[in-house]
Amino acid sequence: MRILDDGQTRANEGPAARGDRLGTALGWFSVGLGTAEIATPGAITRIVGVDNSATNRLISRTLCGARELAAGIGIFGDERPGRWLWGRVGGDAIDLSLLTAGVYRHRHEPTRLARLLFATGSVIGVTVLDVIAARRHVGPRHVSGHTARARATTTVRRTPEDLYRRWHDFDALPTFMYHLDSVHTTNGTSHWKAKGPAGTKIEWDAEIVDDRPDELIAWRSVKGSKVHNAGTVRFLPAPGDRGTEVHVDLQYDIPGGTPGYAVAKLFGEEPSQQITDDLRRFKQLMETGEVVRSEGSPTGARNAVHLLGQHPAQPLG
Amino acid sequence: MRANCWLGRGEVEIQEVPDPKILNSRDAIVRISKTAICGSDLHLFNGFVPTMMKGDVLGHEFMGEVVEVGHDVETLRIGDRVVVPFPIACGRCNTCLAGDFSLCENSNPNAALAEKILGHAPAGIFGYSHMLGGFPGGQAEYARVPFADVGPIKIEDDLPDERVLFLSDILPTGYMGAEFCDITPGDVIAVWGAGPVGQFAVASAFLLGAERVIVIDRFPYRLEMARDNSGAQTLNYEETDVREALLELTGGRGPDACIDAVGLEAHHASPAAYSYDRAKQVARLETDRPFALREAIRNCKNGGIVSVIGVYGGFVDKFPMGSLMNRGLTLRAGQCHVQRYLRPLLDRIRGGEIDPSFVITHRLNLDDAPEGFATFKNKEDECVKVVLTP
Repeated sequence: MRILDDGQTRANEGPAARGDRLGTALGWFSVGLGTAEIATPGAITRIVGVDNSATNRLISRTLCGARELAAGIGIFGDERPGRWLWGRVGGDAIDLSLLTAGVYRHRHEPTRLARLLFATGSVIGVTVLDVIAARRHVGPRHVSGHTARARATTTVRRTPEDLYRRWHDFDALPTFMYHLDSVHTTNGTSHWKAKGPAGTKIEWDAEIVDDRPDELIAWRSVKGSKVHNAGTVRFLPAPGDRGTEVHVDLQYDIPGGTPGYAVAKLFGEEPSQQITDDLRRFKQLMETGEVVRSEGSPTGARNAVHLLGQHPAQPLG
Repeated sequence: MRANCWLGRGEVEIQEVPDPKILNSRDAIVRISKTAICGSDLHLFNGFVPTMMKGDVLGHEFMGEVVEVGHDVETLRIGDRVVVPFPIACGRCNTCLAGDFSLCENSNPNAALAEKILGHAPAGIFGYSHMLGGFPGGQAEYARVPFADVGPIKIEDDLPDERVLFLSDILPTGYMGAEFCDITPGDVIAVWGAGPVGQFAVASAFLLGAERVIVIDRFPYRLEMARDNSGAQTLNYEETDVREALLELTGGRGPDACIDAVGLEAHHASPAAYSYDRAKQVARLETDRPFALREAIRNCKNGGIVSVIGVYGGFVDKFPMGSLMNRGLTLRAGQCHVQRYLRPLLDRIRGGEIDPSFVITHRLNLDDAPEGFATFKNKEDECVKVVLTP
């Protein structure tokens, strides 16, 4: 069973590929400024308004220049540019404290003070941009706002027709989708009741938006639902008499936003983990006739996180 | 009922636990008549297998009488005498239908745990960690057997328990290890480890037509058993330079195939070499000590086969990939697909070609299982195999 999370895929792309122009600009800014601070530290000290002393040139080269270059390279090269953007915010704090020290030392020299204050203002401006860019990269699965996407797939030794028919019986989905309490279908729309994170209950109405027999079912929550979600399940014949590939693609609200997502993930309640388990149970149901239970996992496959929720492997009392 | 429970590293205890109940319609409940301690149970005992929980019932080699069946089990009846294979297999997924039962796609409810560690998940196994399903084992008075219509083999004649019990694991495991070797006339096979699985690998290699079988261990009594029962040539690696001896015994060619029947807790004649890997293991820089595997690879003839049936759990260091690649070796490995071998091996037992009971050295009551673990682990009292009667 494979799980591909679209948010993860996106986080693994650099800022340019994500269309994140601010992040890209800040990356180039880091590279440019870092190069200048290392190559021409004397000019930098003059522009900023501090002494062109050996100490200040050393600070320009190491504490500032090397740091900026590292951040620039990190933003373009790392799978997760977010940490380097946060690194830039930390670097801004260093720059601001150095500049504050400069302002204090040269407080009685109007020309230098003006340059230092201009430099300080510029750094504050950049800091704001850095924070904005870094916040966009928080959370590996963030796509936009509080919506994420999850995909999972498995291969089942049954025909597409059998699997389509079983999945289309929405009211019976809770048999293998354990976060669902119930689904009731009436006149083309269905009412879903589910377990939310940390014992909460959520409900929504959904409608089928695409339905191709033995091939595909797509659904989404109706307008006005509190919990927005949409999903597609595709049934593709697997090569060489291997049965049928089932591909599920979900888009869903993250209840509680990014912190809620982190907590849910910790307890194995995060939707992309749930859909993996759902598919495992679906496969068992279709191939063996039942959800397979063990004494350690008496209710059947659950994405056990560090044995959380496991019963000891001894008969149940 | 009474059951042998894992309490933590180095500690097992007979505890009173509830009787098993049918959980799935293809389950059966078996009243256990004989059960055994496996060398791989020592890996659990010694704390090398992750995802064990306090209270887990151990044991994956057992047989007994069917006392209850789920309503979808049509092949077994109450009163049938059965031997139960250690891997649990549904019999209906692509992998089972291909005969690779120990890789069943459906029998491990905790597949997600195994995927995190192994990449993809193997089948569930009785009494062998939560990563492999969280199924209670058979060192107990009763066991629930999932997919009872696929795994257990009925023993309908009067063969005594001790002659068929090892169909559950170690006989087919040793046999598969020999089968991996694609033995042709004239082949010399080397087997690392003269424990119970090694003993059966030796015997099976002869059954499959090997010219000679060389077995390597450090316990004289185990080497003698392989020599006396199966006719193996023996090498004690604490007394002999294994490489030199193997070259001498094979005219410089090296064995045609090498079987690793040792696995992750191997030992080494050199204290320095042993300490190096042991220290890495303690520091969790590697999980498994692959002395036997390294030696099997280095000594195998060019283009030969290395067959791994000893159990490994995670990661090994200094794996001789260069030797394997440049010399065109074939590496074959796996938990035994027991279900595949039950019928042919039962026929061989019935036909008198092999009597697997020769490995049994200790017969204890189930209540003495903790003592049996200690004796087996410490190789006290010339212990090779402990069989328990509930």
